[in-house]
Amino acid sequence: MPSDAQPPLIELRDITRVYGIGEAEVHALDGVTLRIETGEFVAIMGPSGSGKSTALNVLGCLDRPTSGAYNFHGTDVANLNRDQRALLRRNYLGFVFQGYNLLPRMSAMQNVELPLIYKGMSRSDRVERARVALEKVGLAGRANHDPSELSGGQQQRVAIARALAGDPQVVLADEPTGNLDTKLSIEIMELLQKLNRDEGLTIIMVTHEREMAEYARRLIWMVDGKVESDRLTVKGAA
Amino acid sequence: MLWETFKLAFQAILRNPMRSFLTVLGVVIGVAAVIAMVTIGNGSTAQVTADVETFGANRLMLSPGQGRMGPGSGSGSVQPFAQSDVDKIVDQLSSIEIAVPTSTSQLVAVYGNENYQTSVTGTNSGYFVVAEWTLSAGRSFTDSDETGKAVCILGATVVEELFGNADPLGEDIRLENISCEVIGVLEAKGASTFGTDQDDLVLIPFKTYARRIAGSTDVSMISLSMRDGVSTDRAVNDVTMLMREIRRIDPGEEDDFTVNTMEQLSSMLTGISDVLTGLLSAVAAVSLLVGGIGIMNIMLVSVTERTREIGIRMAVGAQASQVLLQFLVEAIVLSVLGGAIGIALGMGFAAVGAILLDIPFIPDPGIIALAFAFSAAVGIVFGYFPARAAARLDPIEALRH
Ligand SMILES: Nc1ncnc2c1ncn2[C@@H]1O[C@H](COP(=O)(O)OP(=O)(O)OP(=O)(O)O)[C@@H](O)[C@H]1O
Ligand SMILES: [Mg+2]
Repeated sequence: MPSDAQPPLIELRDITRVYGIGEAEVHALDGVTLRIETGEFVAIMGPSGSGKSTALNVLGCLDRPTSGAYNFHGTDVANLNRDQRALLRRNYLGFVFQGYNLLPRMSAMQNVELPLIYKGMSRSDRVERARVALEKVGLAGRANHDPSELSGGQQQRVAIARALAGDPQVVLADEPTGNLDTKLSIEIMELLQKLNRDEGLTIIMVTHEREMAEYARRLIWMVDGKVESDRLTVKGAA
Repeated sequence: MLWETFKLAFQAILRNPMRSFLTVLGVVIGVAAVIAMVTIGNGSTAQVTADVETFGANRLMLSPGQGRMGPGSGSGSVQPFAQSDVDKIVDQLSSIEIAVPTSTSQLVAVYGNENYQTSVTGTNSGYFVVAEWTLSAGRSFTDSDETGKAVCILGATVVEELFGNADPLGEDIRLENISCEVIGVLEAKGASTFGTDQDDLVLIPFKTYARRIAGSTDVSMISLSMRDGVSTDRAVNDVTMLMREIRRIDPGEEDDFTVNTMEQLSSMLTGISDVLTGLLSAVAAVSLLVGGIGIMNIMLVSVTERTREIGIRMAVGAQASQVLLQFLVEAIVLSVLGGAIGIALGMGFAAVGAILLDIPFIPDPGIIALAFAFSAAVGIVFGYFPARAAARLDPIEALRH
């Protein structure tokens, strides 16, 4: 648990994200303040349009807050430029999307290798890392299959392997089970839970389903761009 | 990383080979046109140069009247030359090594039952040097022959027409009303650039021609050979000055004779191919431009189609410059492949053209390198805008696509 000497992994202070101008102004994030420590498994819930995806994009440095402070490992990253944010994503962050977002006509292996290419890793290192990542998600046997030859659950596992391959400090997942039925959703959640528990992977996940949120240890409830409640789940409290 | 980028470019291009091929068709046509033309141009220039050499590279031709050389220019109202003019040129001009009179008529040559119309030229032994004739059999004119003996030297075509495979040496043929002994046979030169048969001729000593055939000592043309190392301009100038003096032309009046050089001849011929090359280069430039626009168009389509892919790449850490490079390399690979196909195609056309036109096939490595460079440049110029569009995409927007 947090020690006072070390800065938290993620610290947001009074973050806002405003879309549009004047009459059309939308405050997607309206003063969000929160801390997330290494090793946490956080679920974000809330009604549609409450700013969950926006928050995840800001946390993932895909987007920039309109105002407020964002410290990552104690470093201010709120004002990084495009290329600096790309480097941060490359080296510290992994993403899992609702629609999997795998590259078609590329094997599972090649998809998992993708972030490693941008890390400038040699081919043999990449293959080894990708193999390990695919093994962790239980898809070692499907390394050479194209996404089109895989089920939705398997595709999402490949996406998780891709997020893991670069050895990130945080994995950000936006509705990772949104396209899956309950049985497959549970498989994916169990996988994420295992990665969090066994590997100490920090996970921040947006979900609409209470059932899935219960796999996390902490639940943040958002309404109208604000954090309405922030508490431990049953599992977190246990 | 760069290798990965190239691999990716090839994959993207091969994913849709037909579309890729149609995209680069403009570049293919442009490059093929340039390569074919330049290669054929090189071949015909080499051919002309070779022809000029068989004609005598150091040769000047002096004919009376203003205008082109050729049959008929020595006749009419123009004042012909005389043997004394020939002698004065050799004696007084250091730039001229040899000067020989030539007068030519079309006559029927008869041997036994065979008769054949050919051109009979009266000249002297110096002519063999000036016009670069060598003998395949027999001998040249001696001083004694040149006093007016009835001897002749035959071109290969005339030998074949009159004698077939028989040996003509020592035989007598009849030209008009004189009978003359064949003392030599010329080595064949083949057809000239103009397509005329250079071997269709009979040479006899000038005095024999003057007395027995023409009935006058007029010299219709003078063939000159420049001394080695003398510039053509200087030789032409020397001859012109001397002839004006001999023919008493007042300053300000025009020459009543013409000096033709081989340079004029070859520049006239290569000039034609230069015009053609210029025209086709224009066609090629237009076609490269069209090809470039085709590439730009298809790359813009590709960027739109692959917006989501771009978003994914950015999410996993691709920087704008890396996305830019990816699409730029793809455009360059595409157009360089087009260029390579164009080069191969152009070479093929040139090889076939060389056979059809009966000229040497001379590939030019410089122009091939240039074609590669040009197609790469087309890729860079026309691929940049779509690549920049890709690099400027917002990752969140792109992922939502
Ligand atoms: N690019 C954008 N331009 C303008 N408004 C936007 C943009 N993206 C999001 N918004 C607005 O910001 C608010 C928050 O959007 P966000 O996508 O974060 O909601 P969410 O909580 O993820 O919703 P959902 O549960 O439906 O995914 C919404 O009102 C949305 O319309
Ligand atoms: Mg959302």
